[in-house]
Amino acid sequence: MSQLDELEEQSVYIFREAYKHFKQLCMLWSIGKDSTVLLWLARKAFFGHVPFPLVHIDTSFKVPSMIAYRDRLAREWGLQMVVGQNRQALAEGMSHTKGRLTCCRALKTEALRHTLDGTWPRLRMGADGQYREEQEREPFTGVIVGARADEEGSRSKERYFSPRDHNNDWDIADQPPELWNQFKTDFAPGTHVRIHPLLDWTEINIWEYIEREQVPIIDLYLDDGTGHRYRSLGCETCTAKIESTATSTQEILVELRATKVPERAGRAQDQEDTYAMEKLRREGYM
Amino acid sequence: MRETMQIVIVGHVDHGKSTLVGRLLADTGVLGEGKLEKVQATCRRQGKQFEYAFLLDALEAEQDQGITIDAARVFFRTELRDYIIIDAPGHIEFLKNMVTGAARAEAAVLLIDAKEGVRENSRRHGYLLSMLGIRQVAVVVNKMDLVDYDREVFDRIVGEYRAFLDEVGIRPRCFIPISAREGDLVAGPSDAMPWYDGPDVLAAVDAFAKQPGRADLPLRMPVQDVYKWNPRGDDRRIVAGRVESGRLRVGDRVVFSPSNKTSTIESIEVFAAEPPAEVVAGFSAGITLREQLFLERGEIMSHLREAPEVGTQLRVNLFWLGKLPMEPGRRYKLKLGTSQTEVTVDRIHRVLDASELGTSVTKKRVDRHDVADLVLRTRSPVAFDPSERIEATGRFVIVDGYDIAGGGIVRELVPDENQQLRLESRIRDIEWVRGDITADRRAELLGHGASMVMITGEAGVGKHAVARVLERRLVEGGNHAYLLDGKNVVLGVDSDIALDDRDALVRRFGEVAHLFLDAGMIVVSTTNVIGLADHRTVQTLVAPFKVLVVHVGEPAQGLPEGADLRLDPRCEPAGAVERIMELLAQRSRLRSH
Repeated sequence: MSQLDELEEQSVYIFREAYKHFKQLCMLWSIGKDSTVLLWLARKAFFGHVPFPLVHIDTSFKVPSMIAYRDRLAREWGLQMVVGQNRQALAEGMSHTKGRLTCCRALKTEALRHTLDGTWPRLRMGADGQYREEQEREPFTGVIVGARADEEGSRSKERYFSPRDHNNDWDIADQPPELWNQFKTDFAPGTHVRIHPLLDWTEINIWEYIEREQVPIIDLYLDDGTGHRYRSLGCETCTAKIESTATSTQEILVELRATKVPERAGRAQDQEDTYAMEKLRREGYM
Repeated sequence: MRETMQIVIVGHVDHGKSTLVGRLLADTGVLGEGKLEKVQATCRRQGKQFEYAFLLDALEAEQDQGITIDAARVFFRTELRDYIIIDAPGHIEFLKNMVTGAARAEAAVLLIDAKEGVRENSRRHGYLLSMLGIRQVAVVVNKMDLVDYDREVFDRIVGEYRAFLDEVGIRPRCFIPISAREGDLVAGPSDAMPWYDGPDVLAAVDAFAKQPGRADLPLRMPVQDVYKWNPRGDDRRIVAGRVESGRLRVGDRVVFSPSNKTSTIESIEVFAAEPPAEVVAGFSAGITLREQLFLERGEIMSHLREAPEVGTQLRVNLFWLGKLPMEPGRRYKLKLGTSQTEVTVDRIHRVLDASELGTSVTKKRVDRHDVADLVLRTRSPVAFDPSERIEATGRFVIVDGYDIAGGGIVRELVPDENQQLRLESRIRDIEWVRGDITADRRAELLGHGASMVMITGEAGVGKHAVARVLERRLVEGGNHAYLLDGKNVVLGVDSDIALDDRDALVRRFGEVAHLFLDAGMIVVSTTNVIGLADHRTVQTLVAPFKVLVVHVGEPAQGLPEGADLRLDPRCEPAGAVERIMELLAQRSRLRSH
């Protein structure tokens, strides 16, 4: 078995466990490379089907082509798309100028929490490709996320199945044991679980897999013609492009194998505070 | 093609595990640009002395307390291969995190402080590694700088620890004297210890071998789920599961345990690729079957020969992590492969403190961090293998309430009173001649699946009255039900045998019930004739058909083991039947209108 086979098989196993154990299951799709690989793995796990909704949190500051790409794939692959947003904060003028962590908290963490628990409106894509407000909103109890352990310190301590309590808190000091392929799948009412099928993947594994499987990735990762491209995708306002002339997956791989610059160096919110990511993630950031 | 290996670093708290890993990263140049400087700058700002461990102990609380709380995964490459290094906490409080980290690993580095020597968790971790199935181990004696790089200190620790590990079945590849802080023998030679001529840590890690595939072992595929995507215009019925060992090919005859259902592999299903004719151990597969079966998660698929063991009593080695002790009489959940079964502790052979082997204690319970040799008894038969034969289907976890509270390995099956019958009925089921109507199709046409309601209790408590009303209610409700009274079997089928030949009476009663069940009926029975204690035997014979056990007895006696419902003696039948019907409906065993 090759390295990518091993990773793929483990991810597929985790997907199937999640689908078996959680009635109210969804997957976060940020449109980035990791969650798009995750989506591809879901189709592998379920033989071409994606039997749960995909949730996207729209901060309204995303690169516009991300939204177009999202809706195109959703139609082509028959995905159940659900979109959430912090409308109130946006109406009150929230943006990174009010502080990056403040903005991330409001537009991502808060929006995500209320979209998942069903307390805020959700838009659902209909058969005609149009978004309409969902009438019945059940809270999601299982949320599949594309976090990878190699991204930053607090992610390296995650479980495949990681419980969050009713306040969405992550109790890092008291995580459940995971033995072999036995995960925590019994929960007290009120808890929900983050499920991490990509935990063991590295950034290079992700690109090797995209290359091997020909996963259709958004072209923002490739040279835009000016010698720049995104290495990590986020809000347009807080994500810097890197200098690169890579125009294909192979060229990205060549570049990555040589670099020592961390993946999230272009993500401004990470640099705000030494434990910024741990703090955000404890509160429910992905 | 590169390969990945997961390695765990374990040992007593403060012996320097995180420092070793941090040092490995720094010395081999795999740290991201600016990472070392960034952590050093943070330390200056916070007025702390820099430690290599901070490269790993990313959580705020960990840096404050100077200990590792949770196992971190660290990605690391050598020329040979990619590694995920799991830095496990050494503090006893976080043993479950150490176990989580180690359970993922293929090899381990056990670390000992040269000055402190072999400590409690050096031993406990060694023992747990052995139970977790990790056979490749390198022992590192750290902080040699604190003992002046003294060879005698090193040799003494090697002697003591080697003897201990030998007892738990671990034979280390090597013992390496190092100083992680000074960098001696981590990723290069050391001038300070000319007397040592073995590998450094990096070389020792590269010398670990990738675990051989399990493709040559007997086939085991625990059923993870069964998918039907009919509403999406896909009429495949796919049985999904990971091939844990062996290989499976299209056309293979297979049996599912413990139900003993048999079929043939029709196809191997994949997405966006050419369907293969064979899959081997390690792959998460999907298959379709030629003869449709009603299958549930938890069954283990194998070839007809070399099927796993099936039984209700398992002799196991177990380690306990639960906040509450494990005690006989309490009910737990056993998760083995993909199955889940209610389980109790049948008897405890011995409990030992894993940090002090040999000091086995006579205890009536298993406390947190204890290791025990005991017998588990499951409520219904479970399929498994002794872990020595097939690891993946020979290890389990115990769930207490909502939490995984323990884990372990199965040593052997302990035969229960029905073991012989179970083996006979397996042969019967495998050889069974079937018509064209599958059990599924039959259930679809009849409107309900087959099941059995067994009413138990002393003579004269009113079992028969309940059974008669129940049969009438079922049939009048459109169900295909039949009252199988034990006496009727005695009158005819048993007329050639002596009435005191209890074993034969029970076996024949069970076989007759099995025929009715195979015909798709709901069988209502009372067991006056063959006695109370025999209902487990009947259940064994009619498995995998579901049996609802209704016990009529005094409230003071409570609900007997294995019973689903208790009724008061001489209760009013109509009300009693109402409750039974409710239970049947809950378990979707009735025709719904």
